[in-house]
Amino acid sequence: MPLSLPAGICSSLRHLFIHRSVEQLDLNQQKNLEAYVGFANLPNQVYRKSVKRGFEFTLMVVGESGLGKSTLINSLFLTDLYSPEYPGPSNRIKKTVQVEQSKVLIKEGGVQLLLTIVDTPGFGDAVDNSNCWQPVIDHIDSKFEDYLNAESRVNRRLMPDSRVHCCLYFIAPSGHGLKPLDIEFMKRLHEKVNIIPLIAKADTLTPEECQQFKKQIMREIQEHKIKMYEFPETDDEEESKLVKKIKDRLPLAVVGSNTIIEVNGKRVRGRQYPWGVAEVENGEHCDFTILRNMLIRTHMQDLKDVTNNVHYENYRSRKLAAVTYNGADNNKNKGQLTKSPLAQMEEERREHVTKMKKMEMEMEQVFEMKVKEKIQKLKDSEAELQRRHEQMRKNLEAQHKELEEKRRQLEEEKVSWEAQQRILEQQKLDASRTLEKNKKKKIF
Amino acid sequence: ASQNKTKQNKTPKPVVPAKPSHVAPHSSRGSALLGYIGIDTIIEQMRKKTMKTGFDFNIMVVGQSGLGKSTLVNTLFKSQVSRRTTSWSRDEKIPKTVEIKSVSHVIEEGGVKMKLTVVDTPGFGDQINNENCWEPISKYINEQYEKFLKEEVNIARKKRIPDTRVHCCLYFISPTGHSLRQLDIEFMKHLSRVVNIIPVIAKSDTLTLDEKTEFKQRVRKELEACGIECYPQKEFDEDMEDKSDNDKIREAMPFAVVGSDKEYQVNGKRVLGRKTAWGVVEVENPNHCEFSLLRDFMIRSHLQDLKEVTHNIHYETYRAKRLNDNGGLHPITSSGQDTQESNL
Repeated sequence: MPLSLPAGICSSLRHLFIHRSVEQLDLNQQKNLEAYVGFANLPNQVYRKSVKRGFEFTLMVVGESGLGKSTLINSLFLTDLYSPEYPGPSNRIKKTVQVEQSKVLIKEGGVQLLLTIVDTPGFGDAVDNSNCWQPVIDHIDSKFEDYLNAESRVNRRLMPDSRVHCCLYFIAPSGHGLKPLDIEFMKRLHEKVNIIPLIAKADTLTPEECQQFKKQIMREIQEHKIKMYEFPETDDEEESKLVKKIKDRLPLAVVGSNTIIEVNGKRVRGRQYPWGVAEVENGEHCDFTILRNMLIRTHMQDLKDVTNNVHYENYRSRKLAAVTYNGADNNKNKGQLTKSPLAQMEEERREHVTKMKKMEMEMEQVFEMKVKEKIQKLKDSEAELQRRHEQMRKNLEAQHKELEEKRRQLEEEKVSWEAQQRILEQQKLDASRTLEKNKKKKIF
Repeated sequence: ASQNKTKQNKTPKPVVPAKPSHVAPHSSRGSALLGYIGIDTIIEQMRKKTMKTGFDFNIMVVGQSGLGKSTLVNTLFKSQVSRRTTSWSRDEKIPKTVEIKSVSHVIEEGGVKMKLTVVDTPGFGDQINNENCWEPISKYINEQYEKFLKEEVNIARKKRIPDTRVHCCLYFISPTGHSLRQLDIEFMKHLSRVVNIIPVIAKSDTLTLDEKTEFKQRVRKELEACGIECYPQKEFDEDMEDKSDNDKIREAMPFAVVGSDKEYQVNGKRVLGRKTAWGVVEVENPNHCEFSLLRDFMIRSHLQDLKEVTHNIHYETYRAKRLNDNGGLHPITSSGQDTQESNL
C-alpha cells in the first residue's frame, strides 16, 4: 500500500529529485521531451507582445548637402518623408549646422514602426567647417542623457527610446579617398553610435572606379582605426554567408530614387539618363538592396542591441563616474567603478577631512611667516630711527662746537680791541701831559 | 572710276572683295578697286608668322579633389597633358595648404605649335577649414602679372616676352544638384575681376537631364545675384555679332561636362566615354554632356579672345593699379633688376 504523504512534502521531494537530475545534466545532453509541453510557443508570445507595443527606430543621416540623403531615406522606406509641402533640409540653405528630427509612423503587416530620422543640414557646407560635428555629438549625448534620466526615475513604465540607433555617413564619390572632414567626424563618433559609411550617388562611378574607391576607403578606415558597425557572427551557415557577402562590399555604394521607369517591360525605380537607366534595386548597379535588407530586414534589432549594450553603457559609465568624483583624477575611476556609492561617499569624506587638515596647516605656516616678517620690519624701522637720532645729535654737537669757537674768537677780538683802546687812551694822556709841560716851560 | 560705275549698274557691289591670294586676280568686275592689291594677304602672312613662333596658352584648373579636373584637361587636349593624381594608390596625401603646380607641354597640330601650361591647385577646398584658400591662387595670378610687367618696363626688352599669365581659369562646381556652395561663391567673387573664370559642372553624368537644367538655372541666378561676371563678360562685347554669339554661350553656361580618356566601342564606332553597367556615357555626344560645346568654345572659337581679354583688360587693370600705387615707375635696366626691385 503506497504511503500517502501530504502534498507539500510530495512536491518538495519532487523538487529534490529534479534538482539532482539537473546537476547531472551535461551541456551537450538535451532532455528529449516525451510529450508536448508547449514552451516552444514562447517566441510567439514575445512576438505578439512586441507587435502590440510597436517598434521604435532612430536613424541619423550625416553628409554634405547634395549627396542624396533625403532621396535615399525616401527610397529606403518607400515613403515621401520630405514632400513638396514639407521640403527637406536640402532646399533650405543653412549657415550653421542644425540637427532636425522628423518622425513618421509606418505600418506593415500589422507591425508598427515609429521611425525617427535625424538630419543634419549644413554639415560640411560652410567655408570653415571646424567643429561642425559638435552639434551632432551634442544631440547624441542629449538623447543618451534623456534615456539615463528616464531609467533612473522611480516611475519608469513609459520609457521612450529615442537614442540614435544608427548613423549613415555619406561619402562624396570623388573616387580618391576620404576627405579630412570625413575622417575627423568618424573618429569622433565611432565610440558613440553605430556608423555605417555609404558611398553616395554611386552612379557617378564606373564599376572599376567603385571597386578601387571602396578599397581605398577601407584602407583609410583601418589606418585611422575607425570602428564601423560590425556585423555579428552567427552560427547559422546561411546567415554567415550573407554577412560575408555584405562585408566584401563595404562600404556600400548606393543610389536613391523614387521615380518609376519602364525598363524592358518591367517597372523599376531608377534614374533615367540619355545613355541608360540606373536601376536602384539592381544588385549589379548599386548596393541599395543590400543596405535595405541589412538595415531593415535583418539587422535592425541588432543595431538597437548594440546601441543599448555598448554605446549607451559606455556613455552611462562615463557619466556616472564623472558625477561621483566631481572631476577628480579620472585615472582612478576605472578601478573603482565597482564600489558601492556608500563606500565612495566614505572615501570622499575622508579625503575631504585630510584636505581640510592640510589646508589648516598651510594656513598656520603662512600666518607664522607673516608674523615673522612683520617683526623683522618693525625691528628694522626701529634701528633706522636710532641711527637717525644719533646722526642728529652729532650734527647738533658739531654746531655747538662751532658756535663756541666763534664766541671765543669774538671774545679775543674784544679783549684785543679793548687793549688797543687803553693804549690809545694812554697815548692820548701822555700827549696831553707833555703839551702841558711844554706850556709851563714856555711861560717861564 | 566713273566708267567702272556705269558698267556695274546691273551687278551689286560686294562690300569687301574676298579673294584668297593664291587665286589669280580676276579683272575688276564685281570689285570696287581698280585692280587687286592684295591687302588681304596680310591674313596669310600673319598665319605664317604665328605658325613659326607658335603661341602660349595658360589654363588653370581649380576645384576640390576628385572632381575630374586632370581627366578633363587630358580630354580637352587629347593627350596626357595633366598627370593624373589618381593612380588609386594615393601616394600623395591631400596637401595641408593649397599648392600651385604647373606643367608645360608643347603640342602641335596642323603645323601650329602651342605651348600649353596647365596650372593645377591641389588642396583647394579639401581641408576642414577652407578660409582664404583662394589666396595662394590669387597671389600666383598676380605674380604672373608682375613678372610680365617687369619685363615690359625693362629698358632693354626681350623681343617676345614669355607669357605666363593665366588666360583662363576653369572652376569646377560639384554636381550636388542644389546650388552653389559657399566656397564657390567666395572664390568666384574674389577672382572674377582678376582672371577669366569659366565655371563648369564636373562629373555631370550624376545628373539627369531635368536635374541638369534646374541646377544650371539656379547657378546662373545665384551668380547674377552675387554680381559675379564670368567669361565671356557682358561689358566686353564689341558689337552685335559678338553679343549674340556670346549670349548664346551665356545661356548654356555653366557647361556640364564629363571627362574621359578611355575609348569604348559604341554602335561600331570607337568613342571616348565612361562605361557603366547601364550604358556608355559618350563624352563627345552633345545629348549626353556638353563637353564638345566647351571644347569648341574654349579652343576653336574663343582662344584668342581669352588671351586678348587677359592682356587688354585684366593685365591693364593690374598695371594701372600698380603704377598708381607707386606714383610712377622707374625704368629698370636689365643689369640692375634686383637692386632696383624696391623702386617698383
